[in-house]
Amino acid sequence: MGSGSVVIVFILMALVSITSAVMMLRSHNAVHSALWLVLNFTAIAVLYVVLNAPFIAMVQITVYAGAIMVLFLFVIMLLGAEQLQGITGGHGTERYHQAVAIVLVVLLIAGFGFLVFQGGMGSGGETAVIDTSPTALGLRLFEGYVLPFEVTGILLLAAIIGVAVFTRRKKKEA
Amino acid sequence: MELTINWYIALSAILFSLGALGVLTRRNAIILFMSIEMMLNAANLAFVAFARHLGDLDGQVLVFFVITVAAAEVAVGLALIVTIFRSKKSINIDEINLMKG
Repeated sequence: MGSGSVVIVFILMALVSITSAVMMLRSHNAVHSALWLVLNFTAIAVLYVVLNAPFIAMVQITVYAGAIMVLFLFVIMLLGAEQLQGITGGHGTERYHQAVAIVLVVLLIAGFGFLVFQGGMGSGGETAVIDTSPTALGLRLFEGYVLPFEVTGILLLAAIIGVAVFTRRKKKEA
Repeated sequence: MELTINWYIALSAILFSLGALGVLTRRNAIILFMSIEMMLNAANLAFVAFARHLGDLDGQVLVFFVITVAAAEVAVGLALIVTIFRSKKSINIDEINLMKG
């Protein structure tokens, strides 16, 4: 696959990610903002595939676009906070948001399909391709970064305990 | 046309700026958090682009750590927002100006 077609994929993904970022900032409904952000993360994940980082792309989809955004949506709906801010758009704005969303998703899928069928994964740079399989990444992680890895584990544990303490209702209130 | 690292850095800078714009202009604490996530994501894109450019795997390992820490940060941040919402009945950050509960 020539470098020209990778450029097309890059431009498509840049378009999708920037537009969805702008729409996220402009949206008055927090649920819509969260969904725009999911689109943004997905477009970036496709760029990771272009950049020869398939494992990071999958982590981006599952952890960022999956777990973190579900947490966001859960909290938004738990608080009923989706329309606390400013005016909610009229029906006209909704329609135009829908149209933009459909166009962007089509562009995203088209770009990714183009990438897959042209076999251009990992060809979006000017230097030689290195081994970036999950195996290679795991070896590098456990050979050079064992201490940071352990510290991350402690950090996650601390976060879990912190969250549990924060959101626990006091006995008197309940 | 050759796809060089400059393109990725430019995209990363644009996304980071949009995130910063969101932090500065929006007053809804949840949207604020989403903007911060977008900035982290822009930084990750730059990391992966440089890892590719330099032919070094360390950039991708670092992105792995950034994503982990971001997940922990979001959990704690959203727990804070829930707690604040319970006591103040609002998540507008202009109304959250006291450390006192």
